[in-house]
Amino acid sequence: MSQDARNEIRAFITAKFPRMTFTDEQDIFALGFVNSLFAMELVMFIEKAFGTRIPNEELNLDNFRTVARMADLVRRQQSAATAR
Amino acid sequence: MQVETWDLAEVGRFVDDEVAPHANEFDRAERMPEDVLGRVAELGLWAPFLPAESGGWGMDMVTLGRVHEEIGRGCSSLRSLLTVHTMVSASVHRWGSDGQRERWLRPLAEGKALGAFCLTEPDHSGSDSTAEGTKAVPDGDGWILDGRKKWITGGQLADLFMVFAGTGGGMSAFLVEADQPGVDVTPLRHVMGTPASMLATVEFTGVRLEASALLGPRGWAAGTVMTSALDLGRYSVACGSVGIIRAALDACAAYTSARTAGGAALRDLPQVRAMVSNMVTARDAAQLLCQRAGALKDAGDPATIMATWVAKYFASTAAVRAANDAVQIHGANGFSADYPVARLYRDSKVTEVIEGSTQIQELTIAAEAYREVAR
Repeated sequence: MSQDARNEIRAFITAKFPRMTFTDEQDIFALGFVNSLFAMELVMFIEKAFGTRIPNEELNLDNFRTVARMADLVRRQQSAATAR
Repeated sequence: MQVETWDLAEVGRFVDDEVAPHANEFDRAERMPEDVLGRVAELGLWAPFLPAESGGWGMDMVTLGRVHEEIGRGCSSLRSLLTVHTMVSASVHRWGSDGQRERWLRPLAEGKALGAFCLTEPDHSGSDSTAEGTKAVPDGDGWILDGRKKWITGGQLADLFMVFAGTGGGMSAFLVEADQPGVDVTPLRHVMGTPASMLATVEFTGVRLEASALLGPRGWAAGTVMTSALDLGRYSVACGSVGIIRAALDACAAYTSARTAGGAALRDLPQVRAMVSNMVTARDAAQLLCQRAGALKDAGDPATIMATWVAKYFASTAAVRAANDAVQIHGANGFSADYPVARLYRDSKVTEVIEGSTQIQELTIAAEAYREVAR
């Protein structure tokens, strides 16, 4: 599931920036091509693609810095939903 | 629940009968009469997109856009009040805690509490949304808020301010009640456009906030509350701009049909026909761009953010051109308060400045074009 999530998140980002190269662990904000508008797009994408509503306590920049961290965030939300 | 088309017709009748005929009076008085605000509440238009359990109608975003277009056709000051109230209500719904939603959504939906959006500061460019002159400093389990916000639409009327403040390491949003100690509202008068939107400077001096005043995540409002609120505000302004184009077109069609020059109706002059044709085309194109942005919002599609920038850019610049041509067509009468077009001219210019100036929009929309080649 985590790899699937990584692939989906990566596909979303590369659809927007097709010539950008980055690893799953690379900070996309530090690369300088992500602004607050794209951050909001990432939040909306993750919520729509994975059918989740990210709670406020998980909405911090660090959770969106890398593909890996976003996939971890998705996994946590899905685990929490399963537990409920 | 979808709102039926007859409801939109009812909004149209409200605009035709109770708003548009008096919009110049509202403009001159620099006030929105309470009975008009009350009628907006009676019609359920303050926050109709909220779910029924919160006092709304569950209205979809495409229909909401049509409502704001209709109101904008009658009076941009009233549409501006709806815009900022929408931004606050939607933010509480989207980012609020259970307690915040319980406390505020129903009064916001019913118009018993009016909201205002406090971002721009007097000492910084309004386009510099990262400026953090206003600060919220942790104090026990709450916060102390200090700072000044300017050009706050609806500031003279609002019961609830959504305030953006630096919290160290980023910006956060707070819900601040207008009657809290330390909140001081100063009306802004003689503003060129939308003066009946009752703008104000709002000063916060040592305002003590409970921990529960924080709206959304701490320190990352820029990527969440602020961006989503501005996106919705931009959508509302775009739709309101379509309303301005329609009002300019209606005024010009009526005027040029009744007025003659050299024995011929003005409407038969080719230059007039060209300007009217441009208004018709701009109206239709802007309306379609707004519908696309609204449909993407309804689908939860992140593409709505850029679609809304594009809709607002096109609609606001087209509204300025339409209002400019409308004044030209009316000649000297275009400068008179006996006709609506001078007000449309002044109000249209506001749409090019708020929720992302035309220049910021050009930077943003062009940057989107360069995404594909960014390395």
